[in-house]
Amino acid sequence: MILFLAYSAVLLSFASGGVAIAHLFKPEVNKQLVFWLLGASGLTAILAGLGELIYPEIRLDTLSLGLPWIPWHVHFDSLSAFFFLIIGIAVFAVSFYAPHYTHHEQKNAENFAVLSLFTGLFIAGMMLVLLADDAFMFMIAWELMSVASYFLVAFQHENPANRRAAFLYLLMAEVGALLIILAFGVVASFADGFTFDALRASTISTTWMSIAFVLALMGFGMKAGLVPIHVWLPEAHPVAPSHISGLMSGVMLKVALYGLIRFCFDLLPEVHWQWGVVLLIVGTISALSGILYAMMQQNLKRLLAYSSVENIGIIVMVLGLSMIFLANDQQELAALGLLAALFHAFNHALFKNLLFLGAGMIHHQTHELNIDMLGGLIKRMPKTSVIFLIGCMSISSLPLFNGFVSEWLAFQTALQVDVLDNGVLRSLIPVSAAALALTAALAAACFVKVFGLIFLGVPRSRHAEKAKEIQDKGMLAAPAMLAGLCFFFGIFPSSILHLIDNVSKQLLGSTLPAKDVLSFISIAPVSPEQASYTAPLILIGAVCAAGISFWLLHRNSETTMRIAPTWDCGFGGLTHRMQYTSSAFTMPLRRIFATAFLIDEKVEKTMRENTKLNVADVRYTLHIQDHSWVRVYQPIERGVNVVAKQVGRIQTGNIRTYLGYSLATLILLLWVVSL
Amino acid sequence: MNWLIAILQTALFVALAPFLAGFMKFCKCRLQNRRAPSLLQPYRDLLKLTRKQPVISEDASWLFCTTPYIVFTAMVLAASVVPFIAVDLPTSAEADVIVLVGFFAFARFFLALAGLDIGTAFGGMGSSREMTISSLAEPAMLMAVFTLTMTASTTNLSGAIEHVLNEGVVLRPSFVFALFALMLVAVAETGRIPVDNPTTHLELTMIHEAMILEYSGRHLALIEWASQLKFMLYGVLISNIFFPWGIAESFGLSALGYGLLVIAGKLILLCVVLAIAETAVAKMRLFRVQEYLGFAYLLGLLGMLSHIILESTR
Repeated sequence: MILFLAYSAVLLSFASGGVAIAHLFKPEVNKQLVFWLLGASGLTAILAGLGELIYPEIRLDTLSLGLPWIPWHVHFDSLSAFFFLIIGIAVFAVSFYAPHYTHHEQKNAENFAVLSLFTGLFIAGMMLVLLADDAFMFMIAWELMSVASYFLVAFQHENPANRRAAFLYLLMAEVGALLIILAFGVVASFADGFTFDALRASTISTTWMSIAFVLALMGFGMKAGLVPIHVWLPEAHPVAPSHISGLMSGVMLKVALYGLIRFCFDLLPEVHWQWGVVLLIVGTISALSGILYAMMQQNLKRLLAYSSVENIGIIVMVLGLSMIFLANDQQELAALGLLAALFHAFNHALFKNLLFLGAGMIHHQTHELNIDMLGGLIKRMPKTSVIFLIGCMSISSLPLFNGFVSEWLAFQTALQVDVLDNGVLRSLIPVSAAALALTAALAAACFVKVFGLIFLGVPRSRHAEKAKEIQDKGMLAAPAMLAGLCFFFGIFPSSILHLIDNVSKQLLGSTLPAKDVLSFISIAPVSPEQASYTAPLILIGAVCAAGISFWLLHRNSETTMRIAPTWDCGFGGLTHRMQYTSSAFTMPLRRIFATAFLIDEKVEKTMRENTKLNVADVRYTLHIQDHSWVRVYQPIERGVNVVAKQVGRIQTGNIRTYLGYSLATLILLLWVVSL
Repeated sequence: MNWLIAILQTALFVALAPFLAGFMKFCKCRLQNRRAPSLLQPYRDLLKLTRKQPVISEDASWLFCTTPYIVFTAMVLAASVVPFIAVDLPTSAEADVIVLVGFFAFARFFLALAGLDIGTAFGGMGSSREMTISSLAEPAMLMAVFTLTMTASTTNLSGAIEHVLNEGVVLRPSFVFALFALMLVAVAETGRIPVDNPTTHLELTMIHEAMILEYSGRHLALIEWASQLKFMLYGVLISNIFFPWGIAESFGLSALGYGLLVIAGKLILLCVVLAIAETAVAKMRLFRVQEYLGFAYLLGLLGMLSHIILESTR
């Protein structure tokens, strides 16, 4: 039954793409059916995921698809189901959002067909990745996901920059896929067959296992956006339509994480703490540099993409902790780490999707994504602003919202370091916890900037001044639903933590140290004496305290508020240009963390009438570049060019030389065969 | 019963915060050869502000008017979590020290947004600086706190204090480092000299004051009260974590009374130390704050390492 639901989720999203094609050839087909089917696919995915998580059981199946002698093996266990749930929620939300958001594309039947077809294929591809139980099916589904999303990134291909971003994405996706194939290949060469069961049973040496781990980390890390192989992310996510960016950032990156978890925790026969350290360090670097770069961006969607790098970094870091504990035979703490990582993945899917949808709403109403050109939207788009504020609060990990809970769990995991024997680990892990604290604080600063500059203050452009609230109910309902979930899981986190606990039971064979204290209102992951967090009581306390203070101040209040012009220091003439801008807001942090960026800052002054002091005009340009471009990619690019030139030498263009090559190859092969 | 004591303790905490601010001002005035205002002056100021008509800019949104309540509420919640007179109250099981840091972050988030709400340069400047300093202070604070929580193997404040109490007087090098780190952070976070100066309104130097420049009337009263609460919270946190002796472990009237006297003594001592430091030190440039907070972080790290290397049982 549950497997049937999972299949129907896949088929419904295929059908959604199919209907779009049908609409192209037969306009009488109702195009709204596309979104209905998408919503149904999301809903069945949620049901399938929840069903499996509530009644955990490994469900297996074989489909006679693909090559005749290699059928597709399908499985559906708690880990797959958890990620199915993430996909389901995101797709369900998007299906409400897309009908109005894409109304411009709907006017052109071809554009609409392309967009919907590849959206359907993309979602189906992601679901199939989760269902795969052999390396073949996994890779086919993986490629379906990658290639379909390439077409979505390249959707607005009129702009050359978008074509370039899409090509970069495709290139990185394919290199990543090659690395994943190699990783599977290494393990499979020690096993008999490509099914996951065979891979699990492989007798592989530690060295080869480590090689497979590194390959998998690079392959999945490329998709997930780990630093320094993240560069496609800030290029590709902003150029796709917003609901697609939401799906890519919120969900597709999670599918890459699923691959990493499946490969490292499940398929490889054992784990080593050194791998955990690698994950910890890579994750910490990604988290810190992700948020630092995010802060410097002016384009809202680019900023959100960099912030995804940060969150993926946090998740990988906690996965590293979990792996370290697992390798040290601390099964329960490993379960805690996995729980924190998975819950953060879930939360990130919720609020990042929400923020991307919000960015789409802002763009839809103002045609502007540059933070420095917005402002004052809280009065013009009140509903959007509240929804977006909840997203900002969740991602800044403020208490009462879901982002805080997962970060709290991450800290709790890191603080259990005393059980380890290795002195290096014992000092490394607290330092990474402090880096996590820095990341969280910087994220708060970053999203103060985002919300403050977009929604508060005075409009900085005519577009922002003329903005109106979104009228379409579905377009508001989708992010509102996600915001509601962010708040709900911030107050009642144990409702989902119970379900995630089943994942670690299946994957690691152990659950949280003290399952019975994971009660409905409070969570105490290790033991109630060590740490507990009771969000509902805090909420009640907050409501009481705020209510009492409000009542006391308004009790005998004959003083009503007076509305007056903003104080202008007596000089007059306040304009919107006097407000802080994005680059002004982040200037102190840019200066403090100057070494983390490549900063190109220029001030050009033109003087009036050849005087030295009388300035007529000042032009300020600021260009901030990612270190990894210069340090990693440009050397690779140069290397490839040099090698290509060398290889080019043997291509003389002379037919006799090529015949000579053929003869030499033939002789070589004959010699090899004769051995 | 326990809940009642917890609520009363919180109410007492909130009520006494302006008094501590007044006492701090008194110490500073005496050290600088000035006549001090009455110790009750902060109460009079707050009362005066609540009676005045608040003036709101025409560009302000609903966020501007709600922020004072949010900030105040966050601080009251923080006050309910920190053991003040007695340990082991039920409220301290609600939230641990990480949540406490979260409450501070919550208040700061909204205060910084309110600074940006009016759309003046001052507000933006204050918000930008506040977020910068706090994002550097937060890891230093957590590092210091983690040293403590790893020693006590709990992040619950009550639990940590009980652990220190049960151990008796032991000189732990890690605690010395953590104490100094936390004191440096407390100075930065409560906006005191040498990081910020609460008495100045000069645009080159102000941080906290720049953010709240537009507030008036009851809104300003709430924000002022909240920052007095924050000051007292750090004071209580430092004195009760590192020197918990005298805190009430039972809920008898005499134990509670004794606990109140002892914490008052500790806070007075801390205020005198801080006043001397503030009188002796000049305010530093904004871009030297990172070195200051980096030093605090380093102290926290040293505390952590000395815990791991010297004190750990393994």
